[in-house]
Amino acid sequence: MSSRVVLVTGVSRYLGGRLAGALAADPSIERVIGVDTVPPRPEQKRLLGRTEFVRADIRNPLIAKVVAQAEVDTVVHMNVIATPLGAGGRTAMKEINVIGTMQLLAACQKAPSMRKLVVKSTTAVYGSSPRDPALFTESVEPRALPKSGYAKDAVEVEGYVRGFGRRRPDVTLSLLRFTNFIGPSIETPLTRYFSLPVVPTVLGFDPRIQLCHEDDGIEVLSRAVQEDHPGIFNVGGSGVLLLSQAIRRLGKPALPVPSPAVSLVARAFRSAGLVDFSPEQMRYLEHGRVADVSRLQAEFGWGPRPTAQAFDDFVSATSSGRVLSHEVAEAAEQKVLDLVARHRPAGQGVPVA
Amino acid sequence: MPEAKVIPLHADLPTDALPVVQVVPPAAPAGEPSAFEQKLAGGLNFLRRRLTGEYEVDDFGFDPDLTEHVLLPPLRPLYEKWFRVETRGLDNVPDVGGALVVANHSGTIPMDAVMTALALLDHHPAHRHLRMLGADLVFTLPVIAPLARKAGNTLACNADAERLLTQGELVGVWPEGFKGIGKPFSERYKLQRFGRGGFVSAALRTGVPIIPCSIVGAEEIYPMVGNMKTLARLLGVPYLPITPTFPLLGPFGAVPLPSKWIIEFGEPIETKDLGGAAAAEDPMLVFNVTDQVRETIQSTLYTLLMQRRSVFF
Repeated sequence: MSSRVVLVTGVSRYLGGRLAGALAADPSIERVIGVDTVPPRPEQKRLLGRTEFVRADIRNPLIAKVVAQAEVDTVVHMNVIATPLGAGGRTAMKEINVIGTMQLLAACQKAPSMRKLVVKSTTAVYGSSPRDPALFTESVEPRALPKSGYAKDAVEVEGYVRGFGRRRPDVTLSLLRFTNFIGPSIETPLTRYFSLPVVPTVLGFDPRIQLCHEDDGIEVLSRAVQEDHPGIFNVGGSGVLLLSQAIRRLGKPALPVPSPAVSLVARAFRSAGLVDFSPEQMRYLEHGRVADVSRLQAEFGWGPRPTAQAFDDFVSATSSGRVLSHEVAEAAEQKVLDLVARHRPAGQGVPVA
Repeated sequence: MPEAKVIPLHADLPTDALPVVQVVPPAAPAGEPSAFEQKLAGGLNFLRRRLTGEYEVDDFGFDPDLTEHVLLPPLRPLYEKWFRVETRGLDNVPDVGGALVVANHSGTIPMDAVMTALALLDHHPAHRHLRMLGADLVFTLPVIAPLARKAGNTLACNADAERLLTQGELVGVWPEGFKGIGKPFSERYKLQRFGRGGFVSAALRTGVPIIPCSIVGAEEIYPMVGNMKTLARLLGVPYLPITPTFPLLGPFGAVPLPSKWIIEFGEPIETKDLGGAAAAEDPMLVFNVTDQVRETIQSTLYTLLMQRRSVFF
């Protein structure tokens, strides 16, 4: 059953805007309604297409009116935000994430027109610890639940979403747990981290990272709206990169920081406004996190491009600050070989029969 | 460049014996690349791959390129010259497909695991990588944790074991854990409790054979005569050994005694016909198979000890 009226929360941010634009380009969808607390920036507006924008705070009961009046049948909840910087502090961020979700779900529960709910969550709900299996499946019980920040919000949001699912079993519910996003245009704490001229790492640790290309993320979300895929899915590229390997592919120097100094360095970066790394993400830099994406591939019949490919797309888009590029390394290798060949002792001809 | 000296010998030959030689113009590199050059080219290629990140690791973080070229080569002299490891029954390990190697654990540090992995990579006809399951502690330690993952090891838990076995990997497990590796010298070659049988249920669920593996020689490399328990607790490690040379001789205490090793791979215990996933839910069956594996290894250990002439030869 295809969707008629789709409501997307968080459209003033990059992914929300792109998804609304992608859905607006689908003629089978009658209306796309975008909701956010702030109006989209001009460059964001171009992405939106025929999306109707409603400036509303999802923490406010006003959202219920929007859902009821427009007879919304599909809601895509993308307004769980990851960084306190964009939201105006941790308190506001938590409000938007948790209270906002509660209000939105309350409105959805009351709406008889509701048919489908798609929620963008994160694999951060699995936490990051050395005691967990190498790959998280959707059903795994993590050893250490996240205690703070975005990941904790996401755990709580998922709890409310599950509650909604119990109360409205007639609504198709897709809960998508995304890995970190990467790509040429998207801006996340991770892309800002990789854009630093010298990339700090935790000394003695080399986590496995898994990435999802922004285009593939949009594709998965659109498919979840256009097709019916009930359930919980990990979404990300197959395969992994080691952090050291990723930094080498970037051609940048890494700066290993001893772990006692890590929180100090992180705080310095935060106050300088460079990278907003929470303690949660610092643990990620030690132990990494990889999710099993086979359920997604089986159910959707398609999967995001592999982690390494997604990262290479990011690398080719960000050439600034590269110290060692692939070409330079190849040229240097050839130079050394030529040099040795030129100093080969005389009299060594190729015998020709 | 000693290899280059071979060619000028032609000058001493009578001229009529010389093959027709056409000297390539000097602009182009002259002659065939020497063995040194080929080695250099290989080394540079490896270096470039490493520096630009152009290599692949699997989902568990296993980096075969690094393992084969950097991590294992320094251990080969130890394997061949120091411990003079003798392997038996390598043909009991299948060439392809999943299998679970279960071995006794000893030696204060997991040298036995490293040597078993090397035995299977170098001396097994199919040159198989042994993917070992390590204790939690290994993956919390800085430096050790990423190295362990890059060498192909992962956390000892059923999810990881079954995933590896399903992928057709050769998995190694040391079910005694710290109880085996950190036991006093007086209890050498006496098997400790074999975990909770988790490895058996992993094999049952995936239907792979269990290969009992008995290692003789590892017990004597660092004879543990004492344990600094208080200090160990303070450092958060399960034990802190006192050996005849450590901590007495400081860093020299890290030199293992050159015991003679025998690694024997026993006959595979097939689990395919035991009932699969349902059998894994039957604790009695799991205990029985666990005991069978343990008994096999224990009796093989005694046989090997009887055959051994001395600890060092």
